[in-house]
Amino acid sequence: MSVFQIDFGSPDSGQESAPPRVVGIDLGTTNSLVAFLDLTAPKVILGPDGAALVPSVVSFPAGAEPVVGAAAQQALLADPANTVYSAKRLMGRGAADVAGELALLPFPVAPGSESVIRLAVGGREVTPPEVGAYILRQLKQNAEAFLGEPVTQAVITVPAYFDDAQRQATKDAGRIAGLEVLRLVNEPTAAALAYGLDKRQNGTIAVYDFGGGTFDVSILKLQEGLFEVLATHGDTHLGGDDIDNLLLRVALEDIASEWGADLSGNHEALQRLRRAIIDAKHELSTRPVTTITFDDGGREYRRQLPREVFDQLITPIIERTLASCRSCLGDAGLQPAAIDEVVLVGGSTRIPLVRQAVRALFEAEPHTELNPDEVVALGAAVQAGILAGTVEDHLLLDVTPLSLGIETMGGVVSKLILRNSTIPASATEQFTTAVDGQRNVLIHVLQGERELAKDCRSLARFDLKDLDPVMAGMARIEVRFLIDANGILRVSAKDLRTGKEQAVEIKPSYGLTDEQVEAMILESFDKAEEDFKERQVRETRVEADRILAAVEKAKQDEAWFALPPAERAAIDLAINELLLSYHGDDYVLIQQKMEALDHASRGLAEAMMNSAVRGALKGTKIE
Amino acid sequence: MRDLLYGMSSLPSDYFAVFGIPVTLALDLPELQRRFYVLSKQYHPDRFGRATAAEQQYALDFTSLLNDAWRVLRDPQARAEYVLQNNGLEAGDSRGNPPPAELLEEVFELNMALEELRQGEAEARGPIREALDRFLALREALDSEREALFLRYDANPAAETLRQLRALLNRRRYIENLVRDAQQALS
Repeated sequence: MSVFQIDFGSPDSGQESAPPRVVGIDLGTTNSLVAFLDLTAPKVILGPDGAALVPSVVSFPAGAEPVVGAAAQQALLADPANTVYSAKRLMGRGAADVAGELALLPFPVAPGSESVIRLAVGGREVTPPEVGAYILRQLKQNAEAFLGEPVTQAVITVPAYFDDAQRQATKDAGRIAGLEVLRLVNEPTAAALAYGLDKRQNGTIAVYDFGGGTFDVSILKLQEGLFEVLATHGDTHLGGDDIDNLLLRVALEDIASEWGADLSGNHEALQRLRRAIIDAKHELSTRPVTTITFDDGGREYRRQLPREVFDQLITPIIERTLASCRSCLGDAGLQPAAIDEVVLVGGSTRIPLVRQAVRALFEAEPHTELNPDEVVALGAAVQAGILAGTVEDHLLLDVTPLSLGIETMGGVVSKLILRNSTIPASATEQFTTAVDGQRNVLIHVLQGERELAKDCRSLARFDLKDLDPVMAGMARIEVRFLIDANGILRVSAKDLRTGKEQAVEIKPSYGLTDEQVEAMILESFDKAEEDFKERQVRETRVEADRILAAVEKAKQDEAWFALPPAERAAIDLAINELLLSYHGDDYVLIQQKMEALDHASRGLAEAMMNSAVRGALKGTKIE
Repeated sequence: MRDLLYGMSSLPSDYFAVFGIPVTLALDLPELQRRFYVLSKQYHPDRFGRATAAEQQYALDFTSLLNDAWRVLRDPQARAEYVLQNNGLEAGDSRGNPPPAELLEEVFELNMALEELRQGEAEARGPIREALDRFLALREALDSEREALFLRYDANPAAETLRQLRALLNRRRYIENLVRDAQQALS
């Protein structure tokens, strides 16, 4: 190896043989982070600020570029009306789904938010997938800076209890951010994967995942590298946010009676009060008592909050998670004692009462060795390794959390794929026409456990179009419903009389259309690529400076003069070519010229090395 | 592993073929599960993250079929219904049917007790629990009968055996519904 040799890293030295790296991303309600598989162990990637966690906050200052993460968190206080947090709770939702929630949020919702929520911030409208995309793009850039290569493919985690629309919205966010989402993985399953890598090989484990906005519980069977989910249960609207909102309501009532003032319309004050409450909540995880301190315009609110009172307040919330756990055990056909290990995931599992309740329910000491904020991203990185083929001895068999059905006569749901079915899973159903000459059939697909369509969540309407006009009841269309490994529905149809593929038009009940997503990509993604290229060019020039300086210095060495003239000429030529490419913006070309110079100067480096060794040995006796 | 896909364009024609076994009613479940895991490890879409679109599609189709097959075949009742259906013997929906003659009295009494419990008479729980125990015993008897029919069919796949099986499955489904009603009322 020559002294000038520089590890160029990928993409260049990787050549065609090394496929692009797949990262694992935990897109959380409160915080997000990215991890990758380093040789065999997953590692979290630190951002430029040295922190792994990127707060899931995006600020949209009027007339300026959006700000993401810790900087945006500052804007929560300074510019609350234009700063979006907890957007994950709005993913794949319509305004009616989250009306109660929206009332608490400081940013207004634009009209036309029935199937996709549009937040009016910074003089524009943004949808939750776009907010997610800004966070994802930040993580992508962090990963690119850290790994020194473009990152275009990712595994992203979602709450296990996310429905089809919420999953699709998460995938859309990835696409908008310029990421190909190779797989959506359920968060508790990812956590099990992260733990399972170095834990016991066989057994039954429960994952209790209580995060900022969602709750999931999954029960898995581990057997020789196979992670088989037996059952999953949860609530996509139950998390630390709910605890904050609960305390917020108490504090607002206190303040209303103490000061005679209603703060609920004052977003700036609300954000500061929320911050004070979150700090107090965190403190209660390690101390028996805390004080919520808040002042506003010279008035001060102080409330002592002992842990017992806090525990009492949050008991109904914890009880809801326990009810979920019991349902999950029932679905898995297991008694609590059958659980060998329990894994805790999510920031809210730091609450002592939560740990105590989980321990009591499963009769097992919960695992907390891995950081509950990081474990999901680590698992996502392992799954990325499985998909990339670098992890061959592990495999996830996950399930669909909700039953899938179609609406039949009288608004009744006929279930086609039951919840907790291992995915991918499919079902076929035959449809016919009711009227002579009928040209299309509309199929309403729903998700949920209830008997009536109005109580389930509408997923989409599928329109079988351009049917051959035949007598009523003569048409025979076979429709195949397939839930893929991401938990997302795919539908295909075949005309059984002709054997031909039948066209299906999809009208999703919630979410963005393909065209809308495309348009959003063009807005944000191009610039991200430019940014990446620019950074690469700058970094490559720094490397070039180093190699040029090293060669110039070497030309002062006696070894240079001892070189054959042809070799010296080749080195000078390589230097010139590197200098020519240096000011261009093609960083790959600069890297190539750097390598050429490195190659040309290999003989010089060796000669210098030899003389250095001779110099070092001078005076030492060789026995 | 990709070699396995090479040249395979059509999917197995039935759930048994997915596992590479002949149509069998009395299945060895642990062996079936072993095969399920082996096939999952070979064909799961996660194993084809870097494969061509066609290979990925095949992996998806095969694995969904495998999962569907495993879900049906591991459950004796569902398995038997699947075989009946493939032989053109659609099992009827027992909900609207009159109860089997020998159960008439039992069903009548259970419904009475369920109604009483709904009216708030807690003492109705006793008779419901007793009825539940009888139905559970009955279900168990039917299960051994079913197993015997399974073996008979596997030894000699006669249509007559399938018809007997259909009658038995209908009766069992009826009892299953009673068990569920009673358990729900008691829980």
